[in-house]
Amino acid sequence: MRVTISFDGQTLDGQDGQSIGGILLANGQRTWRTAAGAERGIFCGIGICQDCVVTVNGTEGVRACQRTACEGDVVEREARA
Amino acid sequence: MTRIVVIGAGPAGLAAAASAAQAGADVVIVDEGERVGGQFWRHHPAFTDPRLQHQLGRFAQLEAALAQVRVLSSASVWRVEAGTPLRVHALIGPVDAAQRQGETLEADAVVLATGAHDRVLPVPGWTLPGVTSAGAVQALAKRDGIALGTRTVVAGAGPFLLPVAQSVAILGGEVAEVVEAASVSTLLGGWGRRPWELTAAAGKAGELGSYLSTLLKHRTPYRLGSAVTRIHGTSGVEAVTVQRIDRDWRPIAGTERTVECDAVALGHGFTPRLEAAIQFGCEITSDRFVRVDGQQLTSVPGVHAAGEITGIGGADAALAEGAIAGLAAAGVPEADLRYRAPLSARRRMRAFAERLKTHSIRPGWTAWLDDDTIVCRCESTTRATIVEYAEASTRGMRLATRAGLGPCQGRTCGRSVEDIIGAPTGIDRRPVLSSVRIGELAAHRSPAAPHPIDGS
Repeated sequence: MRVTISFDGQTLDGQDGQSIGGILLANGQRTWRTAAGAERGIFCGIGICQDCVVTVNGTEGVRACQRTACEGDVVEREARA
Repeated sequence: MTRIVVIGAGPAGLAAAASAAQAGADVVIVDEGERVGGQFWRHHPAFTDPRLQHQLGRFAQLEAALAQVRVLSSASVWRVEAGTPLRVHALIGPVDAAQRQGETLEADAVVLATGAHDRVLPVPGWTLPGVTSAGAVQALAKRDGIALGTRTVVAGAGPFLLPVAQSVAILGGEVAEVVEAASVSTLLGGWGRRPWELTAAAGKAGELGSYLSTLLKHRTPYRLGSAVTRIHGTSGVEAVTVQRIDRDWRPIAGTERTVECDAVALGHGFTPRLEAAIQFGCEITSDRFVRVDGQQLTSVPGVHAAGEITGIGGADAALAEGAIAGLAAAGVPEADLRYRAPLSARRRMRAFAERLKTHSIRPGWTAWLDDDTIVCRCESTTRATIVEYAEASTRGMRLATRAGLGPCQGRTCGRSVEDIIGAPTGIDRRPVLSSVRIGELAAHRSPAAPHPIDGS
């Protein structure tokens, strides 16, 4: 079973059950957030550090490492000053 | 019938739920994951390589025992209340979704089994893409079936670095080096003294042996008495500096080596997740674990604790403590024979836990920071800014520098900030126990909610 999500206008393919962070990484995306101008992605991997947050279907602050991807999820970058 | 709520479904929580249910209690187990197992048994049925898992037979037994237990998955506990009854407030739904369902559980006894997360010390360059906690490597390997880099340096302290290196190798990555802070003499002093105590933890020794043979097979260097003191790269990790450190973890000048890599996994120890115990009012020991008695009972009536929040001891200790806590919470009298096996397992594993202290963080590590090294990842607060306000009150320092006030609430940097300023900051005390949206808090205040947030 496959799922597809959109990120930055691209369509990314993942396995059903993978996390959003897992699908981004598997598709060669290492980062998806900016903090004080620097790129960030996965750090703690278990939902503690909040470094990997993305906007999912319009809801901000979703931890990509913890959220299981659903078919058609629209994932957007976030930035923090 | 005794109503028991178990918070956390890792080894300690599962063992507690199983033993309490078998003793006839009415048990609910609450966990933020979609599947039970915690970090130790984190898995996905379709893409977890079985070589990444340990003690699966025990896991299957515990899962089978859950047939008599209400399992509340994808449930974040955000508030707890002491009293009669004890109350546990949870939000249930997809991770960080906007409208999760609130539920308040009432209990005669609670077992806290909230576990621990990696403690990662800041290093110049640690915010570069490709640097993660050691636990992240495990989580991504087990849950998502993916590796982060092609050539990884695994660095920090303690035996947990070894399964991380093994996971990288199993997924086809290269481990450039494993870098361990404890020196040969420290290791021999810690682990070599009274080795017969460890033979009692035979399962653990076998597990360690399997990790070491993986390192040997791949000819991976295991560097002792060393640390990654700098991470290099522009848009991502390109190399690290590996340097010898002294007994206090102070870097020794002139011993620097450069190791090329595209990923770095850092784990210098573990931080117990104490916030629920603190909110219940449980006494915390001077080395900052939950104080428990022989029955795993905390200082708060009805509240038991088991696993890493009572001392870092690994999964076997957690299983034993959980089983004891579950029996005690269910009201099984102390002399009952069902305590015998977990009590003896707990005794055996204490020797192992004692040895883990060989790898404890030493204060000299702060010498590898630059002034402009980011310490608080959330707020991008540097070492120099924290030092500038070190003399201010704790509250003043935090407000001025924002260190520990970002989205992770100091879970990542809190203890490192304390090491830098040389004083405790009360960072473990958090009014809201997990990520909650303002709208969800507001919904909880509505008249329909049975127990308003202010407790009135």
